[in-house]
Amino acid sequence: MTVSHISARRGRPGDVRRKVADSEQFTGWAFVTPAVVIIGLFGAAPIVWSALMSFQRSNLLSPSTPFIGLANYRQMVHDPVVVQAIQHTLIYTALFVPGTMIVGLFLAVAMNRKIRFISVYRTAAYATMAVSTISEAIVFIWLFDPSYGVVNYFLSRIGVPPQQFLNSPSQALYVIVLMTIWGWTGFAVVIYLAALQGVPQTLLEAAAIDGAGPWRTFRRITLPLLSPASLFLAVWLTINALQLFDEVYLSTQGGPLNATTVLVYYLYNQAFQQFNFGYASAIAYFLFLVIIVITVIQFRVARRFTYYRS
Amino acid sequence: MTATSAPARSKVAARGSVPAARRRRRLPFSPWHLVLVPATLVLLFPFAWLLITSVETPAEALHFPPVLTPHVLRFANYPDALASAPFGRFFTNSAIVAVATVLSNLVLCSLAGYAFARFRFLGRTALFAVIMATLMVPFQVTMIPQFIITKWLGVHVLAAVGIDHIGALILPNAATAFGIFFLRQFFRTLPLEYEESARVDGASRLTVLIRIVLPLATPALATLAALTFLDSWNNFLWPLIAITSTNQMTLPLGLATFQGAHSTEWTLLMAGNVMSLVPMLAIFFLAQRYFIRSVAATGLAGT
Repeated sequence: MTVSHISARRGRPGDVRRKVADSEQFTGWAFVTPAVVIIGLFGAAPIVWSALMSFQRSNLLSPSTPFIGLANYRQMVHDPVVVQAIQHTLIYTALFVPGTMIVGLFLAVAMNRKIRFISVYRTAAYATMAVSTISEAIVFIWLFDPSYGVVNYFLSRIGVPPQQFLNSPSQALYVIVLMTIWGWTGFAVVIYLAALQGVPQTLLEAAAIDGAGPWRTFRRITLPLLSPASLFLAVWLTINALQLFDEVYLSTQGGPLNATTVLVYYLYNQAFQQFNFGYASAIAYFLFLVIIVITVIQFRVARRFTYYRS
Repeated sequence: MTATSAPARSKVAARGSVPAARRRRRLPFSPWHLVLVPATLVLLFPFAWLLITSVETPAEALHFPPVLTPHVLRFANYPDALASAPFGRFFTNSAIVAVATVLSNLVLCSLAGYAFARFRFLGRTALFAVIMATLMVPFQVTMIPQFIITKWLGVHVLAAVGIDHIGALILPNAATAFGIFFLRQFFRTLPLEYEESARVDGASRLTVLIRIVLPLATPALATLAALTFLDSWNNFLWPLIAITSTNQMTLPLGLATFQGAHSTEWTLLMAGNVMSLVPMLAIFFLAQRYFIRSVAATGLAGT
């Protein structure tokens, strides 16, 4: 039907028009059915199911799953580990997201020029994208090993005593921030480099002619033109940061003393180690809510700072 | 003000004045190297240290201060790692899962994306809205029901897609909301004329999709393939939940399990890690253009 409308509007003899809507009905459904079945079964139905589960007492041990109203959600409020997990998740996000963006922006600006070895520099940054979170975590556990780690060795060379890093409740989360920033550097560089290549050279030249120094040109011209990319990165990195799991699972298992227990780790622990499906579903929906709220805030705030050409 | 008024004269003026002012004190190389060389060293150091440790002797690895240049290269760490965990099997499983997921996404998302882009059928808007809704929901919300459903499917329908089979890693991701949305958006940018004239010549809708639309959509398909591949290859949480047998594990899960069992045997661990990392690094560098372009495309699409 879409086809016929357009061809009719353009005043061409609409041979296609005679095609009956029935065939389009049938073909349409035939084309979408396989994908819809899969997404419906593994994507859509589970959304409803876990919502229901969050109002049930559901675990693998007992066969019955009675509805218990908001009890799972109420339990969260009184669960000290949940409160800690929320704090750790927010601290982690507040450090990881700006950290990755600053590193990515800095490197992308430095790499956005035709100088010798530039492809070597760029490839080094891109390479971090090929590293799985597990590989990354294993390497960083070793780098930051308290007894034999090379980071402690470098620190000792500048007179800093050996640190406990991932074994220390006050440092472990920050080590995880560092390792994930490293892992996401390539992604941030790619996004910013692509955006930088869209900054028109003429604008920069014009600013230079009008007497703006490089820093001012960057602040007043480049940075505003990069704001859509910055918004995308901020939202994307935040969504991923709030879902931090792999590195925690591998390096600290939430320890020491729950110092790195983040929301998704606690959720996993409740769901697949304690098998409290109902409680875990409530935590999952809470996480979903946090993601929505933070994303909406980001878009609201960004509306004031984001500059779209066109 | 300045920015908007200047472009007209910039071409003339820029050539004369700007470089001249800058030429005063020049290094024999771009000063940006002074930033980029240390930055690159920091970025590459984890890779280098990984490689070095993987060929050290256990005694060298457990030595402080660390041995930065091993005296002999102990390549035996690699066979030793292979002897204690089937990295070849992990790699094969990862490859099967990733390739199958990519192929089925290309086929199913093309079909669905094309239907959503071009056909009118009953329930189209509602269906599309539901698919878009699943795109926003984080995996953690759906993973428990997904686990129960997968378990049920394995027991009652087909063991090969049940818990503890790599099929369980393929089927739930065989079509993704992202893929459908992404291809639909791309298909809508294509001119209708080719499709119309093929239809007039009597081609079926499927033929039009395969012969006309998909060839025009190669860049979008390559992007979807690259992103799906990366996602599948690095996925950890779902395999962790769905797989327990060693011979069904993918690389990230196998490596994590290996780390759990050999957490102090750093040389073995690093050798295993190198073997897990190298295939993806190789694929990444061979197809670097596609991966970079694809990642950049998501960013530009988002902006």
